[in-house]
Amino acid sequence: MRSPSLRALSISTVAAFCVALSLVFFYAPIEAEEGFLQKIFYLHVPLAIVTLSGFVIGGLMAIAHLRTRDQRWDLRSYVVIHMSLILGVAVLVTGSIWARASWGHWWVWNEPTLVSFLIVFLLYATYQPLRFAIEDPERQARYASVFAITAGAFVPLNFIAVRLSASFVHPRVLGSSSNLPGPMMLTFLVSLGAMALLFATLCSYELAAKRTRILLKARSRILGFQ
Amino acid sequence: MIVFASTLPEHSNDGYVAAAYIVFFALILIYVTIMSIRLGRVERKVRELSAQEREHPEGTRKEREVV
Repeated sequence: MRSPSLRALSISTVAAFCVALSLVFFYAPIEAEEGFLQKIFYLHVPLAIVTLSGFVIGGLMAIAHLRTRDQRWDLRSYVVIHMSLILGVAVLVTGSIWARASWGHWWVWNEPTLVSFLIVFLLYATYQPLRFAIEDPERQARYASVFAITAGAFVPLNFIAVRLSASFVHPRVLGSSSNLPGPMMLTFLVSLGAMALLFATLCSYELAAKRTRILLKARSRILGFQ
Repeated sequence: MIVFASTLPEHSNDGYVAAAYIVFFALILIYVTIMSIRLGRVERKVRELSAQEREHPEGTRKEREVV
């Protein structure tokens, strides 16, 4: 469980976060329009990118599961989606805090980016109830994979649809219209890297814990203690 | 790093920025705490299993043969 690679991953995550936070608060300049409030974006946007990527990666792992019938892919897909859901909560909360400070409202229903993210989040919130409503492990894995692939395909489509929509009230950090100055872009990229590392670390720990529990259960059964 | 700290402003939105970062780190902390509790439970089960294995080595062997 506590392998050297996991320890190295954890240490690099902590180090990356220290660097990212230092850059956010001591290096990146204050944005002209948003002011100090823009610092939330170094947290909120990487979180959103990592969360949505996690959902897509979960779908890709589900494809690997259906192709190979290897249960390890199903476990990986489950863990990645589970972790993305947890980070999704943070995306919604940090986004709401920013909206309250910037727009004066915790939530704006006519903003496509917010509502589309909520739809994706709620869609994935049904993943676990669906998964654990099925008792047979093989059927459970198969149905969960089909769900992960379908929902995973929905994520980029949803993202493109929102980008093509007319309203651009929600600020864009990356894109053709965005011209982030060098220090801001560097801070943003380091924050994104730190968030990706955090995601990888948490997924690795969760996977290791799940594998250990599965092995323990199997061993208990073999030894006749259960 | 302190030299660059001059970029920190006196701004009315400080509270919101602090709240966003605190919420994020609190969420991660809660998750890590839950993980460590669950890990503790697994470790306890491993200890129990090892103890039972030591106490009943014959039963264990028989079970192995059956499997």
